[in-house]
Amino acid sequence: MQLKAENVSFQYGENMPWILKDINFAVESGERVGIIGPSGYGKSTLSKIMAGYYKPTSGKITLDGESLPQKGFCPVQMIFQHPELSVNPRWKMEKILNECWKVDEDTKHAFGIEKDWMGRWPNELSGGELQRFCIARVLSPETKFLICDEITTMLDVITQAQIWKVLLEVSDKSNLGMLVVTHNMALAEKVCTRMIDITKWNK
Amino acid sequence: MLRRSNGKGWNGRSRVFILLIVATVYLVGIFVWGITMNPVKYGVNYSEKLVSPCIKHLFGTDFMGRDMFYRSIKGLSNSIRIGLIASVISSIVALILGIVAAIWGGWIDKVINWCVDLCMGLPHLVLLILISFMMGKGVRGITVAVALTHWPSLTRIVRAEVMQVRNSQYVQAAYKMGKTKVQVAVTHILPHVLPAYLIGLVLLFPHAIMHESAVTFLGFGLPAEMPAIGVILAESMNYIVTGKWWLAFFPGILLLMAVLLFDGIGESLKKLWNPGSGNE
Amino acid sequence: MEEKVLRNVLEINDLVVSFEMYQKGFRKKKLEVLHSLSLDVKEGEIVAVVGSSGSGKSVLAHAVLGLLPKNATMTGNIKYQGELLTPKERKKYLGREIAFIPQSVDYLDPLMKVGKQVVGVYSSKERQRQLFEKYQLKKEVEDMYPFQLSGGMARRILISAAVTEEPKLIIADEPTPGLNVELAMDTLRHFRKLADNGTSILMITHDIDLAFQVADRIAVFYAGTIVEISPTGDFLAGGKNLRHPYSKAFITALPQNEFQPLKGTQPYAGDLPEGCLFAPRCPKAEIACNGKIAMRDLREGKVRCIHAT
Repeated sequence: MQLKAENVSFQYGENMPWILKDINFAVESGERVGIIGPSGYGKSTLSKIMAGYYKPTSGKITLDGESLPQKGFCPVQMIFQHPELSVNPRWKMEKILNECWKVDEDTKHAFGIEKDWMGRWPNELSGGELQRFCIARVLSPETKFLICDEITTMLDVITQAQIWKVLLEVSDKSNLGMLVVTHNMALAEKVCTRMIDITKWNK
Repeated sequence: MLRRSNGKGWNGRSRVFILLIVATVYLVGIFVWGITMNPVKYGVNYSEKLVSPCIKHLFGTDFMGRDMFYRSIKGLSNSIRIGLIASVISSIVALILGIVAAIWGGWIDKVINWCVDLCMGLPHLVLLILISFMMGKGVRGITVAVALTHWPSLTRIVRAEVMQVRNSQYVQAAYKMGKTKVQVAVTHILPHVLPAYLIGLVLLFPHAIMHESAVTFLGFGLPAEMPAIGVILAESMNYIVTGKWWLAFFPGILLLMAVLLFDGIGESLKKLWNPGSGNE
Repeated sequence: MEEKVLRNVLEINDLVVSFEMYQKGFRKKKLEVLHSLSLDVKEGEIVAVVGSSGSGKSVLAHAVLGLLPKNATMTGNIKYQGELLTPKERKKYLGREIAFIPQSVDYLDPLMKVGKQVVGVYSSKERQRQLFEKYQLKKEVEDMYPFQLSGGMARRILISAAVTEEPKLIIADEPTPGLNVELAMDTLRHFRKLADNGTSILMITHDIDLAFQVADRIAVFYAGTIVEISPTGDFLAGGKNLRHPYSKAFITALPQNEFQPLKGTQPYAGDLPEGCLFAPRCPKAEIACNGKIAMRDLREGKVRCIHAT
């Protein structure tokens, strides 16, 4: 499958500056494309557009030629920088984990999600532990592409290495396509199959 | 910084809980007692006019020989009933308007906000008197008046809460996970708004009761023959100069206690529900 | 290089902080989040405390500044310039000699224009203008309210508010997220300059790359205590010069190094192992690790491990 950005431009309002201008690129299944660059270049905006959270001002995002579904499960899923904002603070972890699909034992095991965590509230877990939940809950068989926006930036390096190790295994096994947004060059070199320098695109 | 729990298991949370129970028992007690009370108890008895407080008449009697204790209880019970109905109506209006404004947005939001600003901009009491007078005073007039004037601040709170949760990452993510609008509203938005709504509702009671009494006191609310704190206080004004202090003092204290207790319930609920202070 | 004995500006000894939390219903439970933590910051030195987010690093800053919530209790002592930092002393120094750069704009007064807040109680308009210029903040920003600020602007405001009085000690809690790379580097360079002029800086961060850039010494924070304090050079040289097995694992997990994770997760405050907190994940753990492990000097640094060499 192919997730493609065609002539994507974006601005927040009519007279606001262009955040992105005429972006064209594609991610194939099984590929891990790194988008590298410092903050302020619209990396986060681009990820939200690719995942269908924002509509591009002009241009479009296509999945095998078709536009992304507006309703129902979206085969392009996004993982955010701050896991604590991505979970409902009034839900217990078990409910959060299974919001999307019934997460199977293999996935739980791979991410090191312990049984004991299931009955807890989100504020009783650390950021790294929450992020494992946020990733596992969207890795349903229907997910084809994963957009990772600085997903380990707020975590310590050991947790970062743990999470990426599992993600790499999973993406190889289920032939996921991934878009990896990061400012950390060393990390991108370790996890990506191909890299795009966002500073070369615009500005 | 060195703060220990106050021994014997009386920690902050149980103190708050006990206050809650006491307040609830007091208010529900008066309410039920008033409703089920035999009117004979506060009936006219010209043989015992203007008796000062004694064992038989705890709060004394008035110029028609009516027992002030029973009359005050009945009056407060009436006030609570009116306050309850008015607050519930008001809060439901607020809940609906708040959610509608936040979810639809656009011009609907603007209109609702404009109404909120308008209502909050006008002096409360003037608006209350006007509406009550227009509706022909009495129980209906005052209930409608209180109900129609107390929704704006809660509307704002509900709207803000919905707006906040609606734009949150986890709600956005839920849509992408294939959840429908209704599913999201029921599982994410409503549970988030509910605590703020309930606290708002409880905090509305004291306002509603106070305002009902105030308008009645000024003669634009409940009729003179009905036992109501406002009526009692208005009548007592004629006798205060002659030293019949009990006519205003006890009913006033009862009202004050009811208002403070409701306020106390609201504030303690707020404390318990707020994660920032929930552990104190 | 001349050798001189530097004074300790900040000294923390055996700091224990616990919170009283409600469990189900009314039962209270004491949760120890910082465990006999010791740390010192010398004159003109930048010490970075590095650890994962949510492990209680901010509590350390709050304890020094007296910002702990009501349900917290604290034992041990904190000394500033050799004097015990009591609430009274703290009041005297805070805002003048001791400055705080908090994590978020929530610490600003939402109803006060930011220019005024930066001037604060003790400083002047002139000084504020000068600082705004330095941090590339336009003049209009002065008259803005906190909610109108972008992330990067807010960060710069917080930093300028902290340095108005040329403090002797700065405590910075995650000072750079939200800044772009140049600005972050600029901020760090500014920290370095301040330090070279004698200001001591305690920088709390989860970003070890950041610490590498400016810190003189790095303190590794694990599960609520500091397991190792070492000169930055030892970290840059890779794992072999480090003392504690956790620090070694930390370096190994960096993407620029082997990117190999250590198994397991940090233990919880309510559920800590006896003795060494790292023992359950440590390859060298043995029975002796279950006893009380004290911080000890080793080479140029300090370590809390009996195996360290």
